[in-house]
Amino acid sequence: MIKIQNVTKRFGDYEAIKSVSLSVNHGEIYGVIGASGAGKSTLLRLINLLESPDHGEVIVNDDSLTRLKGRKLREARQSIAMIFQQYNLLGNKTVYDNVVVPLELSKVPKQERESRVMESLQFVGLDHFKDQYTAQLSGGQKQRVAIARALVNNPTVLLCDEPTSSLDPNTTAEILSVLKRINENFGVTIVIVSHEMEVIKSICERVTVMADGEEYETVTIEPAGIQKIDRSAQGFVERLTDGGEPHA
Amino acid sequence: MPEVIVEYQAEIWQSIGETFIMVGFSILAAVLVGLPLGTFLYLCRKDQILENQAVFSTLNLLVNVIRSFPFLLLVVFMIPFTRWIVGTAFGTTAAIVPLTVIAIAHYSRLVEQSLLDIPKGVMEAAISMGASAKDIIFKFLYVEARSGLVLGLTTSTISFISYSTIMGVVGGGGIGDFAIRYGYQNFRTDLMFYMIFIMVILVQLIQYTGITVARKIDKR
Repeated sequence: MIKIQNVTKRFGDYEAIKSVSLSVNHGEIYGVIGASGAGKSTLLRLINLLESPDHGEVIVNDDSLTRLKGRKLREARQSIAMIFQQYNLLGNKTVYDNVVVPLELSKVPKQERESRVMESLQFVGLDHFKDQYTAQLSGGQKQRVAIARALVNNPTVLLCDEPTSSLDPNTTAEILSVLKRINENFGVTIVIVSHEMEVIKSICERVTVMADGEEYETVTIEPAGIQKIDRSAQGFVERLTDGGEPHA
Repeated sequence: MPEVIVEYQAEIWQSIGETFIMVGFSILAAVLVGLPLGTFLYLCRKDQILENQAVFSTLNLLVNVIRSFPFLLLVVFMIPFTRWIVGTAFGTTAAIVPLTVIAIAHYSRLVEQSLLDIPKGVMEAAISMGASAKDIIFKFLYVEARSGLVLGLTTSTISFISYSTIMGVVGGGGIGDFAIRYGYQNFRTDLMFYMIFIMVILVQLIQYTGITVARKIDKR
């Protein structure tokens, strides 16, 4: 479904991603966790080529995105939705007009648009807010609008870049529940980047721990796996405090 | 109505008309050329979708050079070019040429600045949705920057009015030229003050309209 093969990304002299490979199965909820600067957001942005890798290959839905250019790449991106920590909504558009944008971009016939937007808004429970401007919404509501916008074009993959980092615990739980329903109801593959262990543990099936631009380890979320991540997290804390290497 | 205004009524209306023609063409040039140029400047910047350092540096320098010219010198400097374009270097039509050049440079810079105020995330969202360059410009950038673009055009329009007042040097006419020739040079200070008053009212109206429209369309 998603394959990242030996991908490297540099920003000037700084190597943000160092030959990382990973594979996400169809319909899976996959987590990427790590400390600030570990390269997790960069890794996520490599999946839809918001950042172009310097080396390596990114394959999504059997398309090698790294080989696509122009219109082909744009079309491939239309089935890979993304939500962001800061929501990235259009403040000058209403909720409805924000959600309809992906349909306009992919030239969905006008008569189909309204029903699809309303269906998407109903899914996130915001159909009554369709005429409001996003400035009038809370953080959680904005993120739900962003999710509705991501969902409206029936994506096969949903990339989530720290989707709950600006939200309180209750709203975080709501957003995670919406993401889980998307995965269960529509079989959308979800890759979620977070620095919050609880977020990853509550929703993901597997998780990759990133450290210094490298894949430190990948574990399955089950009691043994959770203990392993907890040990990794402990290792990071120790490394930060005593300069040692993280423990496996 | 003051006697002097009645006396020069025909000339005043003519000068107002000339100012409107010069400023009108300047606004048209600003919107039709300055807006795309400013957008292109923004998109050619580092990390933008059309990133091109050479093109950006060249256009950036050109815009800066035009804006650096004292306007009176630009008008004189451009006389051969003006004559080549409109066949004459004298009159209202000739005055439009340097005015449109400064209008394009002036507004393009304000457009670029307005676009720079848009959060980077909006562009990222657009790219991640598979938007083309045209979609990014019309469905994202102009939507989010629209109040800034209106305020920029308001500021530019007021500058164009100011620039138009010195077009008398090439026989461009206009309110400013009328105030100098009929007011100042004829020792009719009262007439000059009335002309200044008309310009103040005009600028106030434009500023008020610009701010009102910008406020109305800004929903952020």
